[in-house]
Amino acid sequence: MKRFIRASVFFAGLVLLWEALYRAHLWSPVLVPSPLSVGQYLWGAVADGTLGAAIVVTLRRLLYGYAFGLAIGLPVGFLTAHFRVLKDTIGLLALGLQTLPSVCWVPLALLWFGQTESAMFFVVVMGTIWSVIIATEDGVRNIPPIYARAAHTMGSHGLHTWTRVILPAALPYIVGGMKQGWAFAWRSLMAAEIYVTILSGFGLGFLLNNGRELNAMDEVIGIMLVLLVIGVLADKIIFAPWERVLRRRWGTSK
Amino acid sequence: MTVTTELQNEVPAKLSVQKVGKSFRTKDGAVLALDGISLDVAEGEFVCLLGPSGCGKSTLLNIIAGLEEADAGQVVADGARITQPGRDRMMMFQESALFPWLNVRKNVLFGLKLKPNLKRKERVAVADFYLKLVGLEKFQRAFVHELSGGMKQRVALARALAPNPKVLLMDEPFAALDALTREQLYGDLQRIWQDRKKTIVFVTHNVREAVCLGDRVILFSPHPGRIRQEFKIDLPRPRDINSVELARHATAIMAALKGHSQEQAEVAE
Repeated sequence: MKRFIRASVFFAGLVLLWEALYRAHLWSPVLVPSPLSVGQYLWGAVADGTLGAAIVVTLRRLLYGYAFGLAIGLPVGFLTAHFRVLKDTIGLLALGLQTLPSVCWVPLALLWFGQTESAMFFVVVMGTIWSVIIATEDGVRNIPPIYARAAHTMGSHGLHTWTRVILPAALPYIVGGMKQGWAFAWRSLMAAEIYVTILSGFGLGFLLNNGRELNAMDEVIGIMLVLLVIGVLADKIIFAPWERVLRRRWGTSK
Repeated sequence: MTVTTELQNEVPAKLSVQKVGKSFRTKDGAVLALDGISLDVAEGEFVCLLGPSGCGKSTLLNIIAGLEEADAGQVVADGARITQPGRDRMMMFQESALFPWLNVRKNVLFGLKLKPNLKRKERVAVADFYLKLVGLEKFQRAFVHELSGGMKQRVALARALAPNPKVLLMDEPFAALDALTREQLYGDLQRIWQDRKKTIVFVTHNVREAVCLGDRVILFSPHPGRIRQEFKIDLPRPRDINSVELARHATAIMAALKGHSQEQAEVAE
């Protein structure tokens, strides 16, 4: 509760500072709208349903692409960790592609898939998959070999060792990789939504770009705030509980 | 019913190490870690392998465990040649090698779950029995990082004992512990060994520890790893590591150990 109050006071202070700057008329109100006008925009967007619809469209794209990226990335990471030949080939490819900023996939996706949901999906998957592969592979390679040895003496072999020993032992790394993959997927989706206008659904990126085209700074800032809140909530709701469990078991919490 | 059967003592195994050799490839060529090692361990015997680091004693233990393969010779347990790890031979390592993602009880249950024909309730009863045997029944739900070094090794001991192996292989299990904790564990291990009737092969570089625990102490010499000498320790049990009698035996072995390293130094000159 104390931490909640502390955070609330901090953010209330930020809004007050913003209001003060607005009232000082240092910049044109077109460029720096008041907190109130941004709030009014958000309220209107909620009321007429555009914001809710956009959030649904964006999160659906994100979840599909991310889930697919994980479904491919996790097993491939295990395989590259296990087979030298895969590490030297697919592992190297993943390492290279991971360094590629995910927005760079957008032009390629547009040419391949056109203005379609497939283009969005492709960009999110490309944003997710490589960092998940790398993190999983690193995680598996960093497991102390003694765990597997101990398991072997107790009669664990093959698949049993992989699912009951290697996977849980690598979990701290894997969750880290999933988190990074999520961040990359989120960034790449926003890039795609800003560049790609498709009629099958207007996401948050579209609204953001729309605000720019209309010179509507309240919309631009309002949507940025929404993006920020979604990012924080995703971290707190999806990843924080996992990390808490891991810290408790591994004893790495302060 | 099954729990009672499960908890009955196994007939401890006879081990026979026959002309075992093993070499490792390094940057400077092949190193002979073990050279023509032959050793018989009787049923229910407590044998300590003693020697400086690099003498191949841990390698021999790994070969008996089935974790490594010998280049020459073979190891036979109860008449059957050892080719892979088996539940009849459980191993304890210097680091506890406990799984941090499982709590204490689930660590002990890990090996039991791999044992066929045990129901869930029976497995839990067996795990509880061994946790009680090592004095940790109150820490079943603790996670590994919450335990002290000595407690970790107790859990590791319970985990190794739980599948009821005939042979217990121990690779310097107490080397990382403080002296006080070690002394407690010497007492506990002797008690459990007599109680549960195991054949134990125990690797150490601590002379007193070897004398305190072993029926026999096998002295290894390095480069290449060979059996140098054998000492029979017929002190009554339970033995106290601080006793004068024990110190006398240890002194004799220490002299043999030093004499040997001197010899080697002279050869090197």
